[in-house]
Amino acid sequence: MKFENAMTLEFPSKSANECFARSAVACFAAQMDPTLEELGDIRTAVSEAVTNCIVHAYPEGLGLITIRCRILKDNVLDIVIKDKGVGIENVEQARTPMFTTGGVERSGMGFTIMETFMTTFAVNSKSGVGTTVHMRRKLQRRK
Amino acid sequence: MHFTSYLQDSRLTVLLTGEIDHHCAKTYITAINSKIEAYSPGMCVLDFSGVTFMDSSGIAVVINALRTMNASGGTLAVSSPQKQVMKVFRASGIDKLIKIEEEVS
Repeated sequence: MKFENAMTLEFPSKSANECFARSAVACFAAQMDPTLEELGDIRTAVSEAVTNCIVHAYPEGLGLITIRCRILKDNVLDIVIKDKGVGIENVEQARTPMFTTGGVERSGMGFTIMETFMTTFAVNSKSGVGTTVHMRRKLQRRK
Repeated sequence: MHFTSYLQDSRLTVLLTGEIDHHCAKTYITAINSKIEAYSPGMCVLDFSGVTFMDSSGIAVVINALRTMNASGGTLAVSSPQKQVMKVFRASGIDKLIKIEEEVS
């Protein structure tokens, strides 16, 4: 087995699930004995990725969002957040700070926050197929 | 979430509580705007001490309040954000646009 523990979550793209998703991932990560700051960073990055799916992936209605978390060796949390929505036409443009096609409640800072708060971050999107965000966070081992 | 506010010498303070994400950001934006419209303050302070979590939707809340205050010639400040909230402010660069009064500990 290449991971120490794993979990998968699947839920519809309802905004009420934003809090559920970040809290569920934080609960799973708790077994790694993270600091409060690390836990806050993980919750923030997950909230951003899930919100992007909810706002952009399924403009015609609801669709499914999948989160897969794995604990890898050396205290690394691996998170994949995936939708099967419309995809992002121009990923580079979407990653530009302050760029948004969302409503007044969006700031265009989602990707910037994910990149800042996680150790590694990658986004893979295909028009009409969906978007996958892959993030990793290495947690400090506490003495 | 509650939106307690008080006005003193044309300075309106709005106390925000709870977790700010996309699901509830519009409620915060609407509540803050209606307070500003009701009191027409020269300065509005968003007190974040009771906000326990915020993602980038919180930035949109602040930017909307800033636009409303700018439109009436007033100023906006943010006070007492918790650590996680301050980290989101710094990552977004909004701390360079508006005054953030951090709590002295």
